Parts: sequence; C-alpha cells; structure tokens
Amino acid sequence: MPIDIDIAHVARLARLALSDAELEVYKSQLGDILDHAARVQSFEGEPQIDSAHPLGFVNAFREDETRPSLDRAEILAQAPASENGYFVVPPAMEEQ
Amino acid sequence: MTWEPVIGIEVHVELATKSKMFCGCAVGFGADPNTNVCPVCLGLPGALPVPNRQAIEWIMAIGLALNCEVADRSVFHRKNYFYADLPKNYQISQFDIPVCHDGHLDITIDGEARRIGIERAHMEEDTGKSTHVGDGGRIHAATATLLDFNRSGVPLVEVVSKPDIRSAAEAREYAIELRSLVSELGVSDARLEEGSIRFDANISVRREGTEQLGTKVEIKNMNSFRSLERAIDFEITRQIEVLEAGGQLVQETRHWDEEAGITHPMRTKEGSSDYRYFTEPDLVPMVMGDAWVEEVRSGLPELPAARRARYIASGLDVDLAGVLSDSPKVLRDTYEDAVTDGASSRAAANWLTGEVTAWLRRTETDAGDFQLTGAQLAELIAIVDDGTVSSSAAKEVLEGVLDGEGEPRAVAEARDLVQISDTSTLEEAVDGALAANPDAVENYKAGETKVIGFLVGQVMRATQGKADPQLVNEMLREKLASLS
Amino acid sequence: MSLTDLTIVEAGERLRSGEVSSVELLEAALDVASRTEAQLHAYLTIDREGARAAAEAADAGLAAGDDRGPLLGIPIALKDNMCTRGLETTAASQILAGYEPPYDATVVSKLREAGAVIVGKTNLDEFAMGSSTENSAYGPSFNPWDIGRVPGGSSGGSAAAVAAGSAYGALGSDTGGSIRQPASLTGIVGLKPTYGTVSRYGLIAFASSLDQIGPLSKSVTDAALTLEAIWGHDPLDATSYAGEYPDLMSDLDRGVDGMRIGVVAEMAGEGYEPAVEQAVAGIVEKLSDAGAEIVEVSLPTVDIALSAYYLVAPAEASANLARFDGIRYGLRADGVTTEDLMAKTRAEGFGPEVTRRILLGTYALSAGYYDAFYGQAQRVRVALREEYATAYGKVDVLVSPTSPTVAFPVGAKVDDPLSMYLTDICTNPLNLVGHPGISVPVALDHQNLPIGFQVMAPALGEAAMFRAAAEVERLARFTARPELAEVVT
Repeated sequence: MPIDIDIAHVARLARLALSDAELEVYKSQLGDILDHAARVQSFEGEPQIDSAHPLGFVNAFREDETRPSLDRAEILAQAPASENGYFVVPPAMEEQ
Repeated sequence: MTWEPVIGIEVHVELATKSKMFCGCAVGFGADPNTNVCPVCLGLPGALPVPNRQAIEWIMAIGLALNCEVADRSVFHRKNYFYADLPKNYQISQFDIPVCHDGHLDITIDGEARRIGIERAHMEEDTGKSTHVGDGGRIHAATATLLDFNRSGVPLVEVVSKPDIRSAAEAREYAIELRSLVSELGVSDARLEEGSIRFDANISVRREGTEQLGTKVEIKNMNSFRSLERAIDFEITRQIEVLEAGGQLVQETRHWDEEAGITHPMRTKEGSSDYRYFTEPDLVPMVMGDAWVEEVRSGLPELPAARRARYIASGLDVDLAGVLSDSPKVLRDTYEDAVTDGASSRAAANWLTGEVTAWLRRTETDAGDFQLTGAQLAELIAIVDDGTVSSSAAKEVLEGVLDGEGEPRAVAEARDLVQISDTSTLEEAVDGALAANPDAVENYKAGETKVIGFLVGQVMRATQGKADPQLVNEMLREKLASLS
Repeated sequence: MSLTDLTIVEAGERLRSGEVSSVELLEAALDVASRTEAQLHAYLTIDREGARAAAEAADAGLAAGDDRGPLLGIPIALKDNMCTRGLETTAASQILAGYEPPYDATVVSKLREAGAVIVGKTNLDEFAMGSSTENSAYGPSFNPWDIGRVPGGSSGGSAAAVAAGSAYGALGSDTGGSIRQPASLTGIVGLKPTYGTVSRYGLIAFASSLDQIGPLSKSVTDAALTLEAIWGHDPLDATSYAGEYPDLMSDLDRGVDGMRIGVVAEMAGEGYEPAVEQAVAGIVEKLSDAGAEIVEVSLPTVDIALSAYYLVAPAEASANLARFDGIRYGLRADGVTTEDLMAKTRAEGFGPEVTRRILLGTYALSAGYYDAFYGQAQRVRVALREEYATAYGKVDVLVSPTSPTVAFPVGAKVDDPLSMYLTDICTNPLNLVGHPGISVPVALDHQNLPIGFQVMAPALGEAAMFRAAAEVERLARFTARPELAEVVT
C-alpha cells in the first residue's frame, strides 16, 4: 500500500516550483519507492551511528592558517548576475 | 497577581581566528566584497569542509569560562534551509550534541548576585551578507539584493542561556558580562557595532507563581546594550497588554525597530522551519578528551568574576572592584604592580580609576600609549602618605609623571610642590601668623575655635601654600592651647 | 591490433621504448572518438587543445628523462562530475550548462601531476543518479557491444569510452555501483575503492557518505596503477584516510592458492539472468581448481540494503543539491523574489530522476519521518557492517555477479524507477559499508553481451581484492572487444 505524502509541502521545502500535474506524478512514484524503502521500518537495529565512515577515525582538523582565496573575476565570470564585486539577486523574502 | 517575564538570550560570537571555520580564507572586517572566498565558503560544486582546530579550542575555552561541561564526543549537523546568503543552502551547525553544555554565568543586578544558567554553546558557520538596494535602502522597498560572501564560513559560537532571566535590566547585565568575558578570553573582537557579537532574545510572560511557560516570542535586531534593554522592556509590556486584554500571543519572530521604539512581526514563510537536521557526512566526529580539555582550561586567563572577587578580597569595595575590573588591562596591570610594591590596594585602585582614567580621557590618550608603572604609582601614594605632598598637589605630580617629566618625588621637587613639613620652619611660620593676628588669637581664646581655619590660611599664604596643612593645624592648636 | 586496444601497461612500454609517442596514442583515441561518438555519445566535452598540449608535454618530459610514472602520456577520460578548471563541467545537468569551475578536483590535479593526458569529460546520469546514463540532460550514452542497449550508469560515458577505445582508461564515481555496473555491462574492469581512500574534493557530490571515485580500464593491472595514482590522503577532504595505504602490486600475481573465497548466497536467484549465474559459477569453480577454498556466506541484511540505500542516498543528495539555486553559478530562471528565482531555476534545471530523488530525500529527512526512514536506514548500515565483519572472519574476499543482468535495451527501465534501482542490488551494499569492490569481465552471453564478476574485500583490503581479481582475469581469459560498425561522419 503506497504511503500518502504531502507532496506540495515537500516540494516547497525543497524549493522546486513544480506544476500540479508534475506533483501528482511524483507523489505516486514516491509512494511506490517509499513502500519498498519502508521495509527498513521493521528492522531492529542498534542505536543510530553518528558516523558512517568505515575507517572510523575522528578529529580530522586543519590548522588555523590562511590559504589564498579565489580570484574574484574568475568567480564572478560564472555568476548569472553581478555588479561592483557583488552577486546580484532580486529582493529576498524574509528569512525563515 | 503580577506577571513574571521569562527571558532567554542567544548570543552569536564571531571568533577572531585567522582563517574561516571550514576553509583557509582569511577572516577580516571591511575587505572588498567577495575577495575572501573559495570553493568551500562559496558553496561551489565539489567543495568540502575541514574544521579549524583553533575554533574548536576557543569554543571549549568559552564553554569552560562559562562553567560548562565539555562533551566527550561531539558532531556537526546540517541545518537545511534556503536563503540567498547561505551558499550551500544548509548551514553546518550542531544539533543535539553541542561541544559545551550546562554551565552558568554570574551577574550582579541591583547589588545582588544572580546565576544565569547556560544551556549550551555550539559551533557553526556564519552566513554571507545581504545588502538591499533600492528606494530608501529599506528591506521592504528594495529592488535588488547584493551578496557578499566574505563573512560566509566565519566561525560562529552560539551561546544559549536557560530562560533564567527575569527583567530587561538583567538581560542587559548578562549581555554586557558575556561580551566582557568573551573579549577577555581573546577569542573574539566582540564588537556589537561591527556585528562580531550579536544578541537575540526569547521572551514570554507568565503569572507569577506558575510553572508553565507562556508563548515564546523571539526578538532580533538589537544593536546595542541599550536597545536590548529597551526592546525587551517593550516586548514584556506588549505581551502583558495582549494577555490582559484577553488576547492570544503568536509564537513568532519580531524585529526591533530602534527608531519607532517597537517590535513588529517579521514576515515569515508560511509553513514553519523544518531544518531536517542530520549528521554532517562530510565531517567525522570530534573527540575532545580529558587531556585537551585540561590543556584549554589551564590556558584560560583570569576571568572577570574571579578577578572581581580577588579585588574584593584584597580590600576594595564591590563598586570599586567592578570599575577596576572593567578598566583596560594596562591599568589593571599597573594596579597589580603597585600593590606588589607595597601600595594600599584601595589607594591604587582609586588613583587608577579616578585621576588616571580622567587624564586619559582628557588628553585623549589611548590606554595602549599610557605610561605609568606600578612602581611610580606606589611612590606617588607613598609621598602623599608621608606628607611630602598634599593630596591636591599629588594630582599635579601625577600629571607630571604621566607627561613623562620623571619620577614622582623628582616631579614634586621640580614643580616645587613639596610640602614643608620641617617643624622648625613651620614653627617660625606659625609663630609669625600668631603674632600678626592677635585679634584672631583673642577670638580663639574666647571660644571661636573655627578661627583656626583662618590662621591655617595665613600660614599657608606665608609659606606659598607649601606648608603641610595638617601639621600646621596641629601646631596652631598646641600653641593656642598653651597661650591660654 | 590498433593502438587503442593496448592496455595502459602496454602503451606505457611502447612509450618508453620509443615505439610510440603520447601524441600518437592521443590521436588514435581521438580517431576512435570521431568514428564512434555519433553512435555512442560517450563524451560531453572533448578537449583537443588541452589534451594535445598535455601529450606534447609528456613526450618532451619523457625525452628529457622525467618519467612521472605509469600514467605519463596516457589519454584518460573523466566523468563530467569531476571539476576541471576552465573546462566545462556539467554533471550532465542543464542546471550547470556552461559552468566552468575555477578549480581542479584533487584527483584531476593528481592526474595532471602524473603526466596523464585528459581527453575530455564523459557523459553520466544527471548528478550520477541512475544506472543507465539515460538520465543525462544531454542525451544518453550507448553500449559499444550493442548500441540499442545502455552502457550502464551512472558512469556510462566513461565505460563506453574505455570499451570502444576513445580513452585508454577513465575515472568514474560510484555511489551505489556506478563504476562497477557499467564496467560489467561494457566488458571492462571497474572498481570502487575503500571509502576515504580517494579524495572527494572537487567531485560534485551526490551522496557524501557513499560516493567514491575509481578507475575504469581494460585490465586489472591498469586499474591498480590508476588507483595508485589517484588515491592518498587529502587535507582538503575531512573524510580522507590519513593512515597507511595497501600495497597493491606485490600480491597481484600470487594466485589464489590458499585464499578463502566467500560466495554471497543472497546475490543469486530470482531476477538474476541464467547466463550471468552460470558465468559466475563457472569462474568460482575455476577458482576452486586454482587452489581457493570456496565458502558459502550469508549476509541476510543485504536483502534490505537497497531499501536503506534508497533512503540514505537521496537524503544526503537532497542537501548536497540545495546549492544549485541560480544565485552564484549555473542556470538562473526569472523570479520576482529570490525565493521564486530559486524554485523556478531548480524546477527548470533538474531532470525527473534528480527531482524524484530530491523529493524523496527531503521527505525522508523531514520532521516526523526522520527516525522512521533516514534514522532506520543508518541502523541498517551498522548491521550490514557487522555482518560483513563476521563474514570476513571466515573468508578473505567475497564474490558475486556485479549485476543481475547484462546490458538492457535503451528505454526498457526508464519508466519503472524501481526496476532500475534493482540493477544495483549486488553493488550498493559495498557503498553502504564503505568496502572496496571490483568488477572483472568474464564472459559473453548468447547475445554477445558482457558479464561481470565482482570481487569484494573488507575496508583497506584492496591487496586481497586485486590478488583474487587478477586471478579471475587470468582464468576467464576474456579478450573479446566490441565490434563497432564504422560510421562515416
């Protein structure tokens, strides 16, 4: 039995402006996949691991030293819109 | 029944490391936009974070200074949300296993000590900066937003207090004390006006005597200690008004408008923030270990609270201890040296917090350029104690020493400020004054004892003000007594 | 035999004997490309100028006595999800059309240091999400053995290039099997190393805890040499292993006498084509004859590994792909507000499979579902790791088919995501536990389509893995090459 999903909400969280028709298709596809993936729900396992790293090492740090930054011209050459050294975007809505 | 405000303060501290939290870009204020960026802090495809060890040491220092427990094992999480100034559209932060937790900060309010609990201190990265441009430069009339990512990735420590604060004044004290502590540790510039320390408040109210918490409102955009206090006061009043009118409060984030003196709701996205926290898979866990914690702990400087307590124990009253503790380090160092050289702690503290501080301000001298050794201060105090100069003359001597004219005794002599305390010289002057003012003598003998002030004045005039007025006073009394 | 049939080892010998130049090796590969690209579409970008310059530099260097090692002068292709400075890198997505990274991935720097000649960037499933390369926004790649069939994915372009001869070796990335499965479907060698041994700095991330870069090549020795050139600790990758790395070459020709080889019971049966099972069984028998002890091993958790994978991978991907928002680089759609711009850019720029996975991942992480899905999936990983550890107490390496089927026709699975996901069933468990695995071509089925044999080893167990794989290669004696009908362009 496919799982019921609030697909519009998920699409909003993920910032994907999908049409209603698209949302319907994805909703049903996701339902099928999750049905399959939900087999993990019955799994009885150990408490959650905090690192999936197979070699299990910890404390990978770097020293507090500066490295050269990128050349601004090279970065802004990739920007869709820039001005006086800034990236330009339309006004944002209020922050979350 | 009265209302009780329940307040928690969240502080964001930008660490003054050389490089950013997860990459080697320089940390600095005021650079040209987008000149301190790299694939990592710009969120370019393929970039990966690597944590700055110094930042971890410094958050441990902050936590230990706040009497926190340092976690044995701590991890980073991704906090997922979309915003233009957040390049990866997730922030590397910490969720349920912060580096530090469960501490406290002691403050003094209205002469009473209060202990404010610290919930946690965790590590995260700062975002870039948005500038809204358009009509009036105000958010709601903006036509475009300019983005600068120089600040993106700067190490940020978030300190969250427990909701133990009960007034706006307390909140202000807490903020001031925390800022001072962080600055003292040397881990941050901690300048409110530059944004290297930022405060948000969480406020609710409840009927006094009840346990249940009211609706919590977050207040942002308080850019000075004064506005912090004003904003919280306003919000408490607002909340009480709403509740007393039978209304309901909305759990929301509000923006403090300094000009208008009000908080107003920030336009939030419909749908609450679901940050979808999960352990950061590009990083491995941190294991602090006892050895590292002890190393950091032993490297901590003396903190304000401990220092104040030490001053009080050495004889300063609470207020003087507080003022001295808040003075620049050079003055405090001078204090320590002077006391070591035998000066009275109270005298040394009074001179430094009084005349010396006034002189620095008057001459617009930077504390860093100030030249007064502890030995000099001790000598100054000594020459007042032994009567070489009067206490008013001593102020001139101090100025001379500060101006670099020499040691206190030498300056006193050079400026001809040395009091005459030699008894035979004084006796001559005293006798002279008595002889020149027989009416005064008669009046004194008739019972007008305050005439002695006039006589002291006469002696001072005769000695060009250099007589030791105390000695003169004593000698006059003796002689007058023997004349009756 | 044409130059492009040479292995890297053979090409290297001829370079050093003076029989051939790097430029000639390159020209031969480019010639194959010009004759086959119309059919195969293995490449998204061929950098003739850059490759030429690198080949000339290699020849000059060699002449001057500067021998940088086995990859010097060898034309190599790179999957287009590895950043190459100044050279378009798209991850086969519209959202990065025209994007030129301002930096090289660490593996790219290493290849340049080693004197390799980078031919160009190969096609992939968009953002490495897929098992057929049909999800590329720039059109699919096709299998040199049968151009009506897929080359596998997501490293399908790299596999097709090596199989056809338009590169002597290639790099791909493997998150659930994306190197091994296409290698199997195109009759070449492909491997995923131990997680953490090859730097991910500069690899456009799909699933951070699963992704690894690895080589595709025509021989096991080639794969070993390439791996040695690209692996090693990288201070720019916090998940990069800083300890001692295995010695790959010493045991390569040792044979399997005395090795304990485990056959994974769960990787067989329903869904597995008979030809595949027979070929694998045949090799297992030969390994036994060659002195190995064959043990049947059960890894019961493997049965839900795929389910766990399809929660972990999309969850991490949903966050990794959040950065593609039209603000700093790549495609930008029109929007009145930034919110609007981001949502429209992403809807326009991402293909259906990527969109599906982002939605799936976002859902799996969202409030109320985290523990039931992502949290549980992580627990499966722990259990799986323990099961493998127990198995490796009894055996030195594990074996299985690489893929349950041979190459399937283009379009056969595109509309059935679940059936597409099932092609990863033998490969994805290794990504979940971070162990190394290699696919070695062993036979052709009755349709003349290659079958791959997978050898698995514990973390940092590459030496044993290569040892067994080299023997499999010797026993299989698979020398077949695809016959490409020449298209006159």
